[in-house]
Amino acid sequence: MIKVENLSKSFGPKNAVNDVSFSLERGEILGFLGPNGAGKSTTMRMITGYIPPTAGVVKVGGNDVTQNPIEAKRLMGYLPESAPLYTDMTVEGFLGFCAEVRGIKGADKAKAIDRAIDMCFLKSVRHQSVDTLSKGFRHRTGFAQAIIHDPDILVMDEPTDGLDPNQKHEVRSLIRRMGQSKAIIFSTHILEEVEAACTRAIIIDQGKIVANGTPDELKAKSELANSYVVSINGTESSAVRDGLGTVIQSAKVTIVTDKAPTVVARVFPKKAGADGELGQAIFAVAAQNNWKVNEIKKEEGRLDDVFRNITLSDTKPQ
Amino acid sequence: MKSIWTITKRELGGYFNSPVAYVFLVIFLLMTAAFTFLIGQFMDRNQATLQPFFMWHPWIYLFLVPAVGMRLWSEERRQGTMELLLTLPISLWHCIIGKFLASWIFLTLALVMTFPIWITVNYLGDPDNSVIVASYIGSFFLAGAYLSITSMTSAFTRNQVISFILSVVICLFLVLCGWPPVTDVVETLAPRSVVEFVAAFSVMPGIEQFNNGQIDSRAVIYFLSVIGFPLFATNVIIRGLRA
Repeated sequence: MIKVENLSKSFGPKNAVNDVSFSLERGEILGFLGPNGAGKSTTMRMITGYIPPTAGVVKVGGNDVTQNPIEAKRLMGYLPESAPLYTDMTVEGFLGFCAEVRGIKGADKAKAIDRAIDMCFLKSVRHQSVDTLSKGFRHRTGFAQAIIHDPDILVMDEPTDGLDPNQKHEVRSLIRRMGQSKAIIFSTHILEEVEAACTRAIIIDQGKIVANGTPDELKAKSELANSYVVSINGTESSAVRDGLGTVIQSAKVTIVTDKAPTVVARVFPKKAGADGELGQAIFAVAAQNNWKVNEIKKEEGRLDDVFRNITLSDTKPQ
Repeated sequence: MKSIWTITKRELGGYFNSPVAYVFLVIFLLMTAAFTFLIGQFMDRNQATLQPFFMWHPWIYLFLVPAVGMRLWSEERRQGTMELLLTLPISLWHCIIGKFLASWIFLTLALVMTFPIWITVNYLGDPDNSVIVASYIGSFFLAGAYLSITSMTSAFTRNQVISFILSVVICLFLVLCGWPPVTDVVETLAPRSVVEFVAAFSVMPGIEQFNNGQIDSRAVIYFLSVIGFPLFATNVIIRGLRA
């Protein structure tokens, strides 16, 4: 549904987006991750036709956004960053305006407004002026505007920014629900969001895509992925290290904390895929030495580790 | 076409959803009345003509039209709604024209609300109503010309005050460059051909023709181009902002 090919944007000498390519099909929810200023918003603005690309092509439902913008925009709903709204209108009036511009009239318009208001929990503020709304309601009004025409493609720039935890949860489940029948792109820098809602994630840094995969694939890139954390009481850390060192499936053992009486050690696997055997071997060693084991936990890998490792370039001390 | 009207309706609603519209209408009517009766000496003239009413319009509009139009684009830029508007499936031209029309309709409404003075002059005497109609048409075009310039200056900046000042200055130039008291002085300093060239840009000759009851096609074309060019410039500026 969306095809982005070699997209670049420069503002003067600064390359905001540099040769970005990806595609998105119906039923996919793509999380767009990256540090501030990585080029997330710029990319989304080019996809939605707000700014023209310096180079490259965006195709939305087969329409080139630069050459056939009206057709492309018809297929998309867009929630810009910080959800700008016409503050002099009521929620209903605003949604009515958006529906009308999109060619929805009469009874269909009333239906579309009702549907969007229901989906975004706006009933209580329906007739209220936008400038009297709290941030959460404003954001949801922006969201309602993006889905008013039930678009096939949704592009959202930080849709959960500024919402409280309950609202965040609500918006995520809304995205998940809609993702079954639409193609959705949303940007965020909240990593749990990607795990909670996305089928795929792209990490972008300094205008370039640095990772592209399912959340699980990305997590597997973490150094800690598939390692085991063992917490043991009443044993010296050196004894733990030596004991676990005998496990043949392990590449390396590190002591995470050593605060008497508890020692916490981390055992890294030698090769990926053999993690079941590694767990069994750790159990065997613990039983052999009669260790008082509090906990053995397998690490899934952390998205924030992966994120930090590949995007640290601009915050690293020079 | 439909989307232009949708934009126009929203903008017009924007005026009437806030006190701006009412404040403007009251001030406009008070000012036109004050200028006509107090300074224009409408009563003392003892003439059945609205000339002392229309002669002030280029000056009253000079401040009131930029006040109406200054928010057209600068507010969209400041609030970030421009991103919303321009990602809707409508062309930039439709947005520019829709917004411009909304303000022009609003100004026309203000102009129409001066009708009591027309009734008054007809009640008191026997004026040439064709001259009055022509003058109203001239005033309508003048408001459009100032407004179009304001649309352009409001696309320049996200600050309404800057937009206001810029448009007042440009409109003032268009008035003064062809206003005899100024051109007479300038003629002593610059060659006559230069003065005439610059004076050709002025709104004043056209307005005087309308106020004399002539609807000259050249004046109409002049005003349509003074409306068209800044709207075109608005388009270029907004495109430039995004590039």
